[in-house]
Amino acid sequence: MTRASGNIAPLIAAMFACAIVLGPSFSAAVEPGEILADPALEARAREIGRELRCLVCQNQSIDDSNAALARDLRRLVRERVSAGENKDQVIAHVVARYGNFVRLKPPMEKSTYLLWFGPALALIAGVLAVRLLYRRKRAGAAPAERLDRSERARLDRLLRRE
Amino acid sequence: MKRVLYIVPVLAFAAAAALLGSRLGHDPQALPSALIDRPVPNFALPSPLEGAPGLATGDLKGRVTLVNIFASWCVPCGVEHPELTKLAREGRVAVVGINYKDKTADVRRWLGQLGNPFARIGQDLDGRVAIEWGVYGVPESFIVDAEGRIRFRHAGPLRPEDVTDRILPLIAKLGG
Repeated sequence: MTRASGNIAPLIAAMFACAIVLGPSFSAAVEPGEILADPALEARAREIGRELRCLVCQNQSIDDSNAALARDLRRLVRERVSAGENKDQVIAHVVARYGNFVRLKPPMEKSTYLLWFGPALALIAGVLAVRLLYRRKRAGAAPAERLDRSERARLDRLLRRE
Repeated sequence: MKRVLYIVPVLAFAAAAALLGSRLGHDPQALPSALIDRPVPNFALPSPLEGAPGLATGDLKGRVTLVNIFASWCVPCGVEHPELTKLAREGRVAVVGINYKDKTADVRRWLGQLGNPFARIGQDLDGRVAIEWGVYGVPESFIVDAEGRIRFRHAGPLRPEDVTDRILPLIAKLGG
C-alpha cells in the first residue's frame, strides 16, 4: 500500500503541475481565431478580459464565457488593445456602456463601501458579541449572594430531613 | 439591563426584515443602464428592408422616441410585439427598431408576418451598435427624449403594465 502510494505521488504532483500551468488556458473560452498575433497585446487583452463580467452569465468573466455577447466584448477589447489603449482605458470604455457592474473587481466608491467594509464590520461585531458573552459568563460565575435568613432556615430544614 | 438586551434580537430581526423586504420584487438580474441621461451613442445603420430609411443618431432628435432592440430569432420579441404595435398606432411616441444579429431574409419574413411597427429600422449585423447602447440581451427598449438623451431603459419584453405604468407616464412627462 505504501509502495503504491509512493509510486503515485509523483504522478499526482505532475498532474497538479499540469493543472497549474495549463489550467488558465484551458478554462478560457477564447477561441483560436480571436487570439492576437502579438503575444504582448494578447496578454493584455487576457488580463482585461478576466476582469470584465459577462453580462449574460453574470458570474463568469468574458474570457470564461461562451456567450455570444462575451465573444463580441472580447473582440471589442482586442480592437481597443490593438489600437494602443492601456488596460484602464479599455475598461473605462466598457464601463461607460455597461456600468460598474461589468467589473469583476468593483471600484471603491460610496455605493460599494458596504461591499468592501462589510466583512470587517461583521468581524468586529462578532468579536464584540463574543466579548460581551464572556464577560457576562464571568459575572455569572462570581460567588452568589449570601443566603438570607429565611433561605438559610429552609436549607437547614431540607438538610435535616435528609 | 438584561430586559433591555432582549430587544436586541427583535431590532436585529426588524432591520434584516426591512432590508430584505425592500429588495423583494427587485429582479437581481436586471441591471441599471449606465447610459441614463447620456446622449445616444454615435451610430448609423442601414435598414434591413428594401428602400426603407435606416437608423442613425440624428434620427433620435426632435421627438420623444422609443428605441426597441429586437431580433426575429428572439421569442420574447414576438411576445412584446403587440405592445409596440399599439404604441406606434397611438402615435404618442415615435417607435424605431434596431435589428440585432439577424439575417435579412429572416427579419423581413418576421415583420411581414407580425406587421412592422417601426418607423425606422437599423440593421446591426455584428451587434457592435448594441454594445454601444449597453445592450446585453434582446429585447431591450429605450426612451430617448427630444434632445436625444436616453431617459429610460427596459430589459426584457414590454408587458402591458410596463407600458401603462412606466412608459406612457414618462412619455407624457417628456412631452412626447
